[in-house]
Amino acid sequence: MTDQTDARLIPSFVEQSARQRVEGMLDPGSMRELLSPFDRMTSPWLEQQGVVPQFDDGVVVAKGTLNAHPVVVAAIEGSFQGGSLGEVAGAKIAGILELALEACQLGTPTAAILVLESGGVRLQEANLGLAAIAEIQSAIVALRQHQPVIGLITGPVGCFGGMSITAGLCSYLLMTREGRLGLNGPLVIEQEAGVGEYDSRDRPFIWSLTGGEQRYATGLVDAFMGQSLSQVRAAVLDCLQQGVPEQFRSDTIEASLATLGQVDTEHQIDATRARAILTQEQPS
Amino acid sequence: MDTLLFLRPARAVPLNRTLVGYVGSGDLEVMIDRTDGHQAEIHIRTSTQGSEARWQQLIERMEVDHPLPAMRMDIHDFAATPGVIRLRIEQALELALDNRGNTHD
Amino acid sequence: MNPMSTDTQTSGPSQRGRTWFDALTAGMTAQANAVPSVRSADGELAGRPCRIVLVQPDPGNRYPRARSGEVGLLEGWALASTINEVIRADAQQGIKRAIVAIVDVPSQAYGRREEALGIHQALAAAVSAYARARQAGHPVLALLVGKAMSGAFLAHGYQANFIFALNDEAVLVHAMGKAAAARVTQRTEEELDRLAADIPPMAYDLQSYASLGLVEKLIDVTCADAPAPEDIQSVRQILADALGALNGSTDLARRLLGPNRAASRHVRARLREQWHNEADA
Repeated sequence: MTDQTDARLIPSFVEQSARQRVEGMLDPGSMRELLSPFDRMTSPWLEQQGVVPQFDDGVVVAKGTLNAHPVVVAAIEGSFQGGSLGEVAGAKIAGILELALEACQLGTPTAAILVLESGGVRLQEANLGLAAIAEIQSAIVALRQHQPVIGLITGPVGCFGGMSITAGLCSYLLMTREGRLGLNGPLVIEQEAGVGEYDSRDRPFIWSLTGGEQRYATGLVDAFMGQSLSQVRAAVLDCLQQGVPEQFRSDTIEASLATLGQVDTEHQIDATRARAILTQEQPS
Repeated sequence: MDTLLFLRPARAVPLNRTLVGYVGSGDLEVMIDRTDGHQAEIHIRTSTQGSEARWQQLIERMEVDHPLPAMRMDIHDFAATPGVIRLRIEQALELALDNRGNTHD
Repeated sequence: MNPMSTDTQTSGPSQRGRTWFDALTAGMTAQANAVPSVRSADGELAGRPCRIVLVQPDPGNRYPRARSGEVGLLEGWALASTINEVIRADAQQGIKRAIVAIVDVPSQAYGRREEALGIHQALAAAVSAYARARQAGHPVLALLVGKAMSGAFLAHGYQANFIFALNDEAVLVHAMGKAAAARVTQRTEEELDRLAADIPPMAYDLQSYASLGLVEKLIDVTCADAPAPEDIQSVRQILADALGALNGSTDLARRLLGPNRAASRHVRARLREQWHNEADA
């Protein structure tokens, strides 16, 4: 299963489609896609607005095994509508997580792997996208009590909006150098707060704050991994083996309040200071 | 968005269900599914308005090169160029007609 | 996840949330919180212990981008703290305290410090706390008295068993303010309004939102800005009745029943069918 000569292990995970990522992640022959494109479950809202739909609505969900451990995988296709979530796409993710929870409760421990490439809510389905994200979040909080929910942010789209909050709920969160993670998109922050606050055209600055390397250095993700399929798969397996963590990142309440409650906000922040604050070290 | 339908006479042959491409800028997805009929039904949704004549020509030219199988073909086009469209359709047909089978079955 | 139009800034931060919190918690015991922008009070609702929770504007907020009632870094973690306290204290109790979120949140906080220090994680903390409370058997109710926008609403209110809203035009639920949505989708606000007339999930009015099945009830009041005693009484009664109507439900399944959520139901039904039918996929 980890045969290095396997041709599937050669391509970069980052360049693969959502379906290829799911297939490559799972044990060979174990992938069973649910609501596949041939089920033609497209968005009921996009066509009414003259937007061309996609047969899987931009989300691939499957059950299968990873090193013989039952898992579900949900992967967002970042190239369709920026990986944004509408009603169908969101319901696919929430639905498969709800089924994994049921399987756990019925005695088949089933973990979840989420490939989070998303700009957040799909504006053409605004309130149903937001509602679906709330339901995905509820399902993660329930499932992670039983089995690991492992989030991957590998790029190229990154993980933003409501789905960045979803990422913060995962039992484990893994990023590559190409991944970005943030609540608000750079342009929106610039429009709201001004270019002095956030310059959306200054790409090195944005990467320095929200890129995978920084998120790992600040402890906001659990692993910083290489981008080949075999490296991604190995990182996921490692989390699976660690099982349910003793404490979830989302529940480190006292420590986070203590840290954030004494930040000097007189001066603006940069990546180095963010690292110093979040790791409680003195800036060099 | 325009919705188009082309019906062409076609031969019934064994077919794999196939999907290629995605609906991203400058690209398209092409899905081929089996049908009971003796026609190639080509359902197109395209973001390019008023492109019916262009699609008609493209399909006619393809038929010259390869006779179409009886099938349902769905195309979701997001402003792809004719070259990309042709490439995706040929990819899909090749996989659909590949008698070694495929993973989407 | 985007901002409200700038009209909220010119008219000053909304006082709605504070007004309703003060009215509904009269006679209750105020609780200590990590920051002044998050308030909570303990009391009783229909004879059941409850905690009422609010995010409010704080002009002195340490984080300048979170001074107008936005949910920012401290607010996310402070909400998690006050909810978590309830979960912990009631862990061995047969009757779990009810939690009522009073919602008047214009947006999440937009700023450099926020992104750099992980505002997404702060909001996740609040989501986690509310979801864990509900799943542990605490009745969680949300009362929308003003704006319930985007990430801010996800963090404060959207994990409730029941969502109630004042039937008032200043009550607004959306993923993105209209001006920003117009910029992002490259449409004019007028085009957005025309589309929204036919596309309920895009609409900005409360009736369209209610058609999605996400609101349990729209509550008529004589004045949402300055509630009369009978307004407060009727809201209190509706919240109390909701506790009785819960019947032990701890999930969000009833939200799927709305007329405009057919696809959400259909997707789940088909997933379930294919999950159990090995031969079908």
